[in-house]
Amino acid sequence: MNDKRMTVDQAVAEVEDGMTIGIGGWGSRRKPMAFVRALVRKGVRDLTVVSYGGPDIGILCATGQLKKAVYGFVSLDSIPLEPHFRKARQNGTVEAVELDEGMFLLGLRAAAQRLPFLPTRAGLGSDIMKINPQLKTVKSPYDDGEELVAVPALNVDVAFIHMNRADALGNGQSLGRDPYFDHLFCMAAKKAFMSCERIVSTEELIQGGPLQSLQINRMMVQGVCETPNGAHFTECPPDYGRDESFQRQYAATAKDDATWQAFHERYLRLSEADYQKAVAS
Amino acid sequence: MSDSATAGATRADVCTLAVAECFRHDGEILVSAMGTTPSLGARLAKASFAPELLMTDGFNLLLRRTLPLGVEPSEEDIEGWMPFGAVFETLWWGRRHVMMGASQIDQYGNQNIACIGDWKRPKAQLLGVRGAPGNTINHVTSYWVPNHSPRTLVAKVDMVSGVGYDRARALGAETARFHEIRRVVTNLGVFDFQTPDRRMRLVSLHPGVERQEVIDNTGFDLVIPGDVHTTATPTPELLGLMRELDPDGHAQKEVEA
Repeated sequence: MNDKRMTVDQAVAEVEDGMTIGIGGWGSRRKPMAFVRALVRKGVRDLTVVSYGGPDIGILCATGQLKKAVYGFVSLDSIPLEPHFRKARQNGTVEAVELDEGMFLLGLRAAAQRLPFLPTRAGLGSDIMKINPQLKTVKSPYDDGEELVAVPALNVDVAFIHMNRADALGNGQSLGRDPYFDHLFCMAAKKAFMSCERIVSTEELIQGGPLQSLQINRMMVQGVCETPNGAHFTECPPDYGRDESFQRQYAATAKDDATWQAFHERYLRLSEADYQKAVAS
Repeated sequence: MSDSATAGATRADVCTLAVAECFRHDGEILVSAMGTTPSLGARLAKASFAPELLMTDGFNLLLRRTLPLGVEPSEEDIEGWMPFGAVFETLWWGRRHVMMGASQIDQYGNQNIACIGDWKRPKAQLLGVRGAPGNTINHVTSYWVPNHSPRTLVAKVDMVSGVGYDRARALGAETARFHEIRRVVTNLGVFDFQTPDRRMRLVSLHPGVERQEVIDNTGFDLVIPGDVHTTATPTPELLGLMRELDPDGHAQKEVEA
């Protein structure tokens, strides 16, 4: 069977300038931050990111690598609005596709099901329709004749997710209380890569939690990366909570360029191993 | 109301009860209350006159016991699981009443939490639309406004995040059949849209608030009926419950006395 173990740098080698990237997790929760840091190191540009956004979108805004953000929201949770994203929006340095949170989910589902769209009421009557001129409505072919929003599929080139545990084959397990929508990100993508806190044997994976926690199967991913603390500074329960003090430090770097450059120099010019050493000290 | 019953009740307490009253007849549905006073008000309703309500810890647990603000649930407080995916399913199903905040709200209940200025290049990026479009078209919605002013209650919102009654009417009765804005509770009074043209109506003034104060602080013409009530003041029992549910007085800080 195919051993899919690789490094995060090998995984992001698949990403080229101008690609559309799907990023799992939710806000500042179980984000595949080791992959985001690898994207920063690689310096790949003109990215479109599809995400329930958090510091993934914020960091790529700050580094200037993000051309376009497609999101249901961009939040750090304990800090309601991601500050680098706010700055990018107000300075007009990033294109934005803002969707209702539920619409965003339907877009992912449509992509995962290889459908062009899925219908919903969400968006009708709101300015979501105005700011998204690409959105069209669709009329029910049945007697009700109801007019609904046709949410277009959110197809992505490469998806990145982070799990608590995985095996070398690509079966993945989330041990927290919310699976979010990571399986849909994988299914919406041409290629998907999974990082995890620990790679274990398949036997250990089965014993490590209830079967319902095996959210990702090996069809869904092309590579598996062991990245202990790889969701830092977002939370990855039960392995660890959010590093709130580090997150505050990160958020404060939106204040001015020099502060951001210092942060970038201190934490983002490093390998993942050195980043982990730097945040541990 | 006797003096003894009202003794010790602050404006914030009156607001909290007014929020709780929004959920009184909801029955067995999910309440999602965003922010401090909505969260306290919903807990008060569930802990007293509306025990059938379902509520989460704000993340993924359905809680059978109403815990004080900021208290983490333990095993025995849990009655179910509601990850974000299930919240969306419930929202689309319609068995939900959400109380959101509003950076701006207009006379038909159009609400904005997205941005100030033009969306393309906002003067101020706020939260974004979040779930407001889907919430307002799918199930009952109420709003909480802690700072009733002409900057918040405006003639025209910069961006329609939550759908108001004029927008809903334009969609047609069939399409908008699940749209309902139950109430708007502010630090000055309680409002609804029970008017022929669905414009915002003053329902009650909080004790000590004059009609003119509301008029002066509203950026559009309110419907003001002849008989405007005074918002109910919590009974000593409800007040005691409020103190238990908010021992650190977070809701007090949200509303100026």
